Amino acid sequence: MTSFFKSPLFGISLILVIIAATLPWYVSGYILGLLTVAYYFGVFAMSWDLLFGFAGEVNFGPTFLIGTGAYTAGILNNHYGLPMYPCIALGAVAAVIAGFVLALPALRVRGPYFGLTTLVAVLILQSFIVVFADLTGGEIGLTIPDVLSIDAGVNYWIALGFMVISAAILFGLSQSPVGLVLQASGQDPVQAGALGFNIVKHKLAAFIVSAFFSGLSGALLVFYFGTASVGTVVDIAVGVQVIVAAVLGGRRTVLGAALGAIFLIVAGEFLRPTGELATFIVSAVALVVILFFPGGFLGSVLSREARS
Amino acid sequence: MLALQILIDGFAISALYALGATGFTLIFGVSGVLNLSHGAIMVAAAVAAWAAASVFQLDSYSGALVGVAIAALLSLLTYFTVVQPIQRSNKIPNEEKEIFVLTATLLWGIMIQEAIAYFFTNNAKTVLPIIEGVVRIAGIRTPANTLFTAAVCCLVIALLWVLVNRTRTGKVVLAASMNPRGVTILGFELTNVYIVVWIIYGVLAGIAGVLLGMFLGVSSYSVGPLTASAFSIVVLGGLGSVSGSLIAAFVVGYLETFTAYMISPAYRSIPALLLLVIVMYIRPQGLLGRR
Repeated sequence: MTSFFKSPLFGISLILVIIAATLPWYVSGYILGLLTVAYYFGVFAMSWDLLFGFAGEVNFGPTFLIGTGAYTAGILNNHYGLPMYPCIALGAVAAVIAGFVLALPALRVRGPYFGLTTLVAVLILQSFIVVFADLTGGEIGLTIPDVLSIDAGVNYWIALGFMVISAAILFGLSQSPVGLVLQASGQDPVQAGALGFNIVKHKLAAFIVSAFFSGLSGALLVFYFGTASVGTVVDIAVGVQVIVAAVLGGRRTVLGAALGAIFLIVAGEFLRPTGELATFIVSAVALVVILFFPGGFLGSVLSREARS
Repeated sequence: MLALQILIDGFAISALYALGATGFTLIFGVSGVLNLSHGAIMVAAAVAAWAAASVFQLDSYSGALVGVAIAALLSLLTYFTVVQPIQRSNKIPNEEKEIFVLTATLLWGIMIQEAIAYFFTNNAKTVLPIIEGVVRIAGIRTPANTLFTAAVCCLVIALLWVLVNRTRTGKVVLAASMNPRGVTILGFELTNVYIVVWIIYGVLAGIAGVLLGMFLGVSSYSVGPLTASAFSIVVLGGLGSVSGSLIAAFVVGYLETFTAYMISPAYRSIPALLLLVIVMYIRPQGLLGRR
């Protein structure tokens, strides 16, 4: 851990964060808005990477956790008039509960079965949102009366600060002994269990941490957008984007996932002139990276460092 | 009356599901690949059949053939450009290959979906039925094509059974699903076996796609739900077990039809999803799965 503070990676991250923090003084509100969304996505991708990269569990339903957090916060704010910050906190709590409920049956199964269980969870959540339209706004979406801030700069700083804190906690966790146990149980559960580690407990913990940050980020995102809709926080396509971001940035790196998310969102925006082909191009680039550079953006850098 | 209606409609949709899921489970059984571009290949087949008939003015038989051929080609392309590079890659650790195949085929499916949306728009397309007209069965008006769909599905599944159990190629495929190394030792090129399986898969997915295009119509939005339904049916039945998939397809098909008729079409997919979660909890390997 202490070696990390001396490593070049820490210096580079610090410089990048400082540059990012000064952006509101010289770039337009449009770019700030784009990056704000990208930072929340970065947190989604990092919490997903904790589960996949370390615990070795492919969670096809990151949006189950994100959506639960987002919709809980939105419904409490819209229907019960709770102030914003309690709503966000309760959204994160709801996501943790959802993560727990999902993890208990899901952790009994492995590999594709686990993936399917999480995928089904998203489909069920989506169906319930559409069916209970009175409460959730259905397919049209839910309007949220409160907003984080009306100033693009402040919104940006909140998002950046949130991402940096989450990154520090998640990365710290991944480098800690707990992270190593997780990694071991992801790669060889039998051997890790034989060494006396309680695999289920560790994986459950990873699930809960992942759920906490996903839900918190989802709740913040809806207060930034001012709406919660299936298309922005629940749809499988959103989950796919989170997964692609994490794999693109480099699995098992945590920080790479945030980079991947920022890249995806910004690239999607740059490709907007190509119209409907934008998604095609982004998917194709992601596919090429997966096929030829399976380590992703940060994977090769980090593994070289680990060797030295 | 209503019961008979549910029986007929449910049978057709179940048979379609069964056909779609059989190919999916075959690929998994033989090469351990879960192909998440499945829905995209089905939709591509239906759209190709639609385009052949409406743009190039072919009759509905040739259109259907074009659709199936496109699906078989796409399936081979999936194997050579996406699956094989990952399986042969030495940069990806073996235990993570499954996850990479899942992610890569998912992306591949999105690419196919977006390409379809770009060239043929997102609008829903209905493939012209091969058989026109309406048949009355005990007073229930049923489109003749629904019966045709059910009949074709059953016939193709029967043919597949014969192919796998009674022909030399089929036996090699079966052997490869049990012990790939043993098959190689006996002098069969494993890649050729995989090519055969992917072609069979493409043809099955293509037929299912074209029939679905006639029965319900498809659009590029159906890609996700189609993949998800095939995935859930296959897992419900037990991964790699063809007979399990068949049973599961009928369970899901009838459950959905029953819900749509008796409760509301809006709730159509919910009971099936809940059933899946319950089965996952009680019997994680599925109905007839082996672990």
